[in-house]
Amino acid sequence: MEIKKEQNGSALTIHVIGRLDAGSAPELSKELTTALDGVTDLTFDFAELKYIASAGLRVLLVAQKRMNKQGSMKLINVSEAVMEVLDMTGFASLMTIA
Amino acid sequence: MEKITVEAVIENLQTVIDFATEHLEERDCPMKVLMQTELVIEEIFVNIASYAYNPETGAATFCIEFEENPSAVLMTFIDSGKPYNPLEKLDPDTTLDIDERDIGGLGIFLVKKNVDELAYEYTDGKNILHMKKFF
Repeated sequence: MEIKKEQNGSALTIHVIGRLDAGSAPELSKELTTALDGVTDLTFDFAELKYIASAGLRVLLVAQKRMNKQGSMKLINVSEAVMEVLDMTGFASLMTIA
Repeated sequence: MEKITVEAVIENLQTVIDFATEHLEERDCPMKVLMQTELVIEEIFVNIASYAYNPETGAATFCIEFEENPSAVLMTFIDSGKPYNPLEKLDPDTTLDIDERDIGGLGIFLVKKNVDELAYEYTDGKNILHMKKFF
């Protein structure tokens, strides 16, 4: 997995590239701990995210709970394979997917 | 039947996935089934790596075999850790809103959603989880 960030004031876009699995999820989780400080508008760009497992969903849930307190969060460019997992777990209705 | 035994640590997850993928590709398994199978393997293997022997580590064995007419893959995970029946785990309530959603239970839930048959037995000190998926 690779993470690319684009910050524009209090808006942050995070591109998650590759696989968000049990091996890589802790890295994203750690990154978000500090990256979300002062962010009010968070976007995850999943254009190049090929695979997500429950470890990745947990990181998204924690991020969504935090952003509900300090702003908003959305997912964009979600692939069919990732969308299937979001649908299956009810995450699709918890999150804003554009 | 083909099998592989590895130390149950997250670092070995890819080894097990690669092993399964190789056999599934030989059978011209559709891409969608391949991805769903990968997810199932990850969730079970991560569970074993995280809980079965905690705080020690131990071995996990993964077996794969195929049936024809209809085409199906049979997968079995075996570990000698603490007795644990994942089928007893309650499904998360996927209708709850964000503040009520818990982060637990998602892995096994995804396994249940992505296989057609799932059976657990505890025999001779081993957790044995059988899974069957049609493709």
